[in-house]
Amino acid sequence: MTTTDETLGQDGRLQPATAPAIAADTEEMARLRRRRAEKIGQWVLPALVVVLTIFAWDRIVVINEIPHYILPRPGLVAKTLIEDWPILFDSLLVTLQITMGALAIAVLGGVGLAVLFTQSRWIEMSFFPYAVILQVTPIVSIAPLIFIYVDSKIAGLLICAWIVAFFPILSNTTLGLNSADHNLRDLFKVYGANRWQRLRFLQLPSALPYFLGGLRIAGGLSLIGAVVAEYVAGTGGIGSGLAFRILEAGYRLNIPRMFAALLLIALTGIVIFASLSFLSHMLLRKWHESAIKRET
Amino acid sequence: MTPMAATRSSAPAGERSPLLSMSHVDKVFGRDVVALRDMTLDVGQGDFISLLGPSGCGKSTALRLIAGLSHPTSGSIRWAQDRVDGDLSVVLQEPTLMPWATVAQNVWLPFRLQGRRFRAVRDEILEALKLVGLEKFQNAYPRELSGGMKMRVSIARALVTRPRLMLMDEPFAALDEITRFKLNNDILAMREKIGCTVIFVTHSVFESVFLSDRIVIMAARPGRVIRELRVGEPYPRTEVFRTSSDYAAQCRAASEALKEAMGAHDDH
Repeated sequence: MTTTDETLGQDGRLQPATAPAIAADTEEMARLRRRRAEKIGQWVLPALVVVLTIFAWDRIVVINEIPHYILPRPGLVAKTLIEDWPILFDSLLVTLQITMGALAIAVLGGVGLAVLFTQSRWIEMSFFPYAVILQVTPIVSIAPLIFIYVDSKIAGLLICAWIVAFFPILSNTTLGLNSADHNLRDLFKVYGANRWQRLRFLQLPSALPYFLGGLRIAGGLSLIGAVVAEYVAGTGGIGSGLAFRILEAGYRLNIPRMFAALLLIALTGIVIFASLSFLSHMLLRKWHESAIKRET
Repeated sequence: MTPMAATRSSAPAGERSPLLSMSHVDKVFGRDVVALRDMTLDVGQGDFISLLGPSGCGKSTALRLIAGLSHPTSGSIRWAQDRVDGDLSVVLQEPTLMPWATVAQNVWLPFRLQGRRFRAVRDEILEALKLVGLEKFQNAYPRELSGGMKMRVSIARALVTRPRLMLMDEPFAALDEITRFKLNNDILAMREKIGCTVIFVTHSVFESVFLSDRIVIMAARPGRVIRELRVGEPYPRTEVFRTSSDYAAQCRAASEALKEAMGAHDDH
């Protein structure tokens, strides 16, 4: 579509033109209207659903006279969130620390192993099965062992979250490194590129979109890993993250605080996903198909 | 005309100082797929050689062997003088640009792989882009360019090191006729300026006659050289040559030689 068509549509003015041109323009304007409605709906509809859900939740609690230690009203959850903020915020920081630490190690380990795998088929054949085994074994079943063998609680939590998060990065990056255009590989060979140059100037840039896809999955998974590990690690000590607060509040039947902590975990997950999506967009927007908007 | 171009056109094809020679080269894939049989070719400095033939005649295989992308099963390929960095460049059928790099960064590639910084070779890069008429697009990304422009970037990248030998593997096969004619003219003009030797793989009779002074006709199954034609028309060649009766006659001769090459093998 040309820009003139769009300004024409947005102004709502039609230039005098021949009959077929006008017919095409009405069709174009209808398309623009649809697109504008879609753009508004994209934000308004989910917000509306949230508001309605909260309202329904509140009504259900009031009408059925459900006591707050079973299901608190949304207002009470909000109030608890504010009142307990000092405690919850400290816990949020602990959980975030574990999550980010695990994600960082997952990136280093995942990319490092992927590079190693693509440099040598023998290494890949030897170690890839172990990566798969680590991935398919549920973390809750490995975590207790880890906490037996690892003294430091922080280290244990990091290991658990890392195990969950590193696989998507490893497998996506490996795929990406192997997806470099074969013609470009030939070209690099003709120009006498060494192994390191091929990796740095060809394979790593080719792998970037794949890596970022894996990173977005790993971001969510490292939060899940951190929370699950906190559950397994149990109460006490330094590792008092959000999952620990949920456990603790559960023992004390402090249901509003459970909801508040849950809310914080969900929000954290959304923020992580959104920021990784943003990062991905910023890195790819100039050249990769996935980040380029096309007029169709 | 540059001195280099003058030297080149002063000697007729076949009497120039040698650049590279293939002698009795065989290439066998797997156990018994003969891609190329007993190919002998002496490439002189300043030659523009077309390898012309049907698909499966081993013309691309020959090019890959010369490029060093694969090695002959038997026979040898020798450069007359030792090859140094930047002596050889290739243009493939696809533009083969790095989508994450700008046009200038793509052209930088051969230098970059030699370990030279962008700033040190900026002039050469701009010069190469000027040769293909894309100096205004140095900061554009490949996706913003048309097919013909991408191919021009690919050619600029091949020219940037001022190679002694440029290998082109059906570079214009995927382009439309108008763009192809334009690029054919341009490639000759560029060669006048930098005076390099070209080996050009094509399946177009018209393209081979217009561009080259030597046409090597090849046949398939097994891939082999059938004969060689010479195009006497001196360079620079322009649109005048393309519409001349001489050109038509040369095309007819090449077509007939090609038909003979295809007829040499009727069982497909």
